Amino acid sequence: MIGDVLTWLNDPAHWRDTRVDKGIPTQLQTHITFTLIALAIALALALPLGLFIGHTGRLTFLVTAANALRALPTVGVLVLLTVIISPHFHGRTDLGFVIPTEIVLVFLAVPPILSNTYAGVQNVSAAARDAAAGMGMTGTQVLRKVELPCSLPLIFSGFRSATLQVIATATVASYVTLGGLGAFIYDGLQQQDFPQMIGGGVLVALLALLADLLLATIQRYAVSRGISGRFSTKSVIPADAATAQVRTAEASTV
Amino acid sequence: MILADSSSSSSPLHFWGYFLDHRAEDLRWLWDHTYLSLIPVVIGLVIALPLGWLSRRYGWLYPPMVSISGLLYTIPSIALFVMVPPLLGLKSLDPLQVPIALTVYSVALLVRVVADGLASVPEDVAQAATAVGYKRLSLLFRVELPIAVPVIAAGLRVATVSNVSMVAIAGTIGQENLGRLFDQGKQLSTTGPYYPPIVLGIVLCVLLALTFDLLIVFGTRMLTPWRRAVVGR
Repeated sequence: MIGDVLTWLNDPAHWRDTRVDKGIPTQLQTHITFTLIALAIALALALPLGLFIGHTGRLTFLVTAANALRALPTVGVLVLLTVIISPHFHGRTDLGFVIPTEIVLVFLAVPPILSNTYAGVQNVSAAARDAAAGMGMTGTQVLRKVELPCSLPLIFSGFRSATLQVIATATVASYVTLGGLGAFIYDGLQQQDFPQMIGGGVLVALLALLADLLLATIQRYAVSRGISGRFSTKSVIPADAATAQVRTAEASTV
Repeated sequence: MILADSSSSSSPLHFWGYFLDHRAEDLRWLWDHTYLSLIPVVIGLVIALPLGWLSRRYGWLYPPMVSISGLLYTIPSIALFVMVPPLLGLKSLDPLQVPIALTVYSVALLVRVVADGLASVPEDVAQAATAVGYKRLSLLFRVELPIAVPVIAAGLRVATVSNVSMVAIAGTIGQENLGRLFDQGKQLSTTGPYYPPIVLGIVLCVLLALTFDLLIVFGTRMLTPWRRAVVGR
């Protein structure tokens, strides 16, 4: 079976579009486009909101409410929204399927980004915040120059888990007749073409792993070395002590 | 309109009538969904406890354990569902593929939780227990694990709630559970929206997740009476 899957993945016919079927590159592109749109919207909503809630300590119930959304079964919400929205679109457009999918993806991506941003700002040590205020920084400056950089590790971990969830759920979007790598899984299932189904699964897993690796690399260079405890020469401060605080914060927000 | 046939109403609020009309099938799916979400967590905890203890006991094991479990957790559920059968030599659509995949996720999540939970035991408590004569095993089962219960329970809540959602995803590849209701709703909506099975599925999934959550919270309270004593004072 593993051999059949490799054969399917290695078949040049599956790497180009035909009149009836889209090839792997096209579906990959669709998948990535869905993911990027959802992540961009979710980031634009959740990051400023999380920074605001963490900085002012107001509206904290929004974080709880966003986390409660996670109990909803995503497939169910996807099918429900599709059934509600798609009849309003006619003709040669798939907006009736794109819009409900993107709504579900944004709803999935907001909670991890929001709660991690909030937790990150909350976890900034009071001493650092007071020192910044003591140096004469205004509230916005403290937020921008101290609280944001200090909470970047947690924000990144929230964004990474949001990315993984969006990639995973964009796969399920193929179930409501949209493209994306999930199309191979559901088409393969319908045609009882199991190498195609499993091949689709392998591609989705690879995409998720690569996306996480890319974000981990960006995180490595975006987060200040003073916070990540990563120094090019032998460090004076034990790295473990600096990251321990961040690690416990991460564990509590999984 | 009052005389309209109850079974043909497509109103979203008609889900209860839909449930009564298809009770036998829906209850069977609810039961399938229940054990499919629960058993992987139980098996996952049984596997994660020794692994978590090992990575706490031998510190060098912790970083690789966390990396491997993080890597496993990266794989989307639907991808893991379809990849499990070929990797284990099962049939392509095997009823075991879902519980196996979910067990992998539960272990991945819980190994780290167990290790962090054991790490949350204050050092002086462990030393005091050793001083009054607890050996390594009884120290683990009668002192360290009880103290770690709140941290482990928090991990169990995350694992069960996300399992309920992932089992529903398995419904889209034809496995029998509440996810079939979404499939039914989708197929019945080809000519016009038909909400009852979809709403019923969402309601039952949320109720199931809430029930698990409450049971774990209640169990945690029962297992940690000393926390209430401290709060009560």
